[in-house]
Amino acid sequence: MNRHLLSAADLSLEDATLILDTAAELAELTERATVKKLPTLRGRTVVNLFFEDSTRTKTSFELAAKRLSADVINFAAKGSSVSKGETLKDTALTLEAMGSDAVVIRHSWSGAPVNLARIVRGSVVNAGDGTHEHPTQALLDAFTMRQKLGRLEGLKVTIVGDILHSRVARSNVLLLKTLGAEVTLVAPPTLLPTGVDTWPAEVSYDLDAVLPKSDVVMMLRVQRERMGAAYFPSAREYSRRYGLDVDRVRQLQDHTIVMHPGPMVRGMEIASEVADGLRSTIQDQVANGVSVRMAVLYLLLGGSESAIGSEQ
Amino acid sequence: MLDAPALSRVVDRMAHELLEKTGGGADVVLLGIPTRGTHLARRLAQRVQAFEGLTVPTGSLDVTLYRDDLRMKSPRALEETDVPADGVDGKLVVLVDDVLFSGRTVRAALDALADLGRPRAVQLAVLVDRGHRELPIRPDYVGKNIPTSLRETIHVQLSETDGADAVLLGPAAS
Repeated sequence: MNRHLLSAADLSLEDATLILDTAAELAELTERATVKKLPTLRGRTVVNLFFEDSTRTKTSFELAAKRLSADVINFAAKGSSVSKGETLKDTALTLEAMGSDAVVIRHSWSGAPVNLARIVRGSVVNAGDGTHEHPTQALLDAFTMRQKLGRLEGLKVTIVGDILHSRVARSNVLLLKTLGAEVTLVAPPTLLPTGVDTWPAEVSYDLDAVLPKSDVVMMLRVQRERMGAAYFPSAREYSRRYGLDVDRVRQLQDHTIVMHPGPMVRGMEIASEVADGLRSTIQDQVANGVSVRMAVLYLLLGGSESAIGSEQ
Repeated sequence: MLDAPALSRVVDRMAHELLEKTGGGADVVLLGIPTRGTHLARRLAQRVQAFEGLTVPTGSLDVTLYRDDLRMKSPRALEETDVPADGVDGKLVVLVDDVLFSGRTVRAALDALADLGRPRAVQLAVLVDRGHRELPIRPDYVGKNIPTSLRETIHVQLSETDGADAVLLGPAAS
């Protein structure tokens, strides 16, 4: 039975821990022991189906699949049959007829991966759907936190910025809840989604009050491309109240790490000195993304049936 | 089949044989196959240290991702791979496992080892050889030969993982 990774909420504590432990061993193999190619998924085909621009995530999935010896087909929507009017369903069925074992999908519609999972026989991995979810980003963030701080249980994680448009925030809140961390969301009221009070997280409007208590500070990009109207008076005003600058970093505990899922806007939500500073894990997150995606692909595709994920 | 003192004597003998057969063990690297092979590799290294005062680099080699039966069951959790800092290039690598049965684990280990580097030579040490090889693989050091039927099971217990040392012959599987 093939299963899917559609939402961070699909992962039990056992599943999530298995992914993180597997990723840790894979990181050890590919980085310390410098094994650049494992035979594990030889003969399997992974399709990268990206309907939305993405460099980081697409490259990361491609590298992960290739390091496990899978064949990778990159299907970009621009310049393809999609621009000629083909539906998601027909695109998916075409790719499946070509023999794909897994589809990694990025789409601007929230829920596109769930629909895809109902159509195709192979595994579907959500690589970001609209403002909904981005589960592998949450997994690599959790992996980075565990790597840097040694644990997740009881960790105080503060996520700052455009929560409204952020699939990263939603997936992180869901996964970190499962893993036992305590999340606080900090944003201007206009950038919080309705119903945020039902999320398993605290909400605050005051960044300076939350920072000294945090073990992890995760800054999010303000997603202007998803904004039709003005959500705050000016970039400068936003930056002054919700940006992480050098003065704010001084309020942090010694061990606190600063994360950003990228792409970042330097000078807006995060100062350059902070992004390049010693606390920043931004480069680690990118490297860990490959290990975590290798783990997900191995656990979904490596055997006769998937070891993780949800059925659809 | 073996109690704790007998198992200890067997490991002593294997360490002596290793020293003898490798001409003093100067360029030997011991790589155990998790989990019990790793513990056995460490024990062999401790004995060599005690007998000759020689520190043998010791590590762990997980073969899960190289197994030929991966496609036949649900993906399994990975075990630790920990290769000594000097690597395996030009070394005499001795693979260590608890039980030698079909030989498929050792085949996977040889593939995994080839991805790590190019040893001068590879040898195999096992605590128990229970027969029934399905591949042309033979051990260089054997703790104990235990002829078994295919329906029987061999349980190697080590104090590190199981609380006590013993080798048990299990009842024929029903």
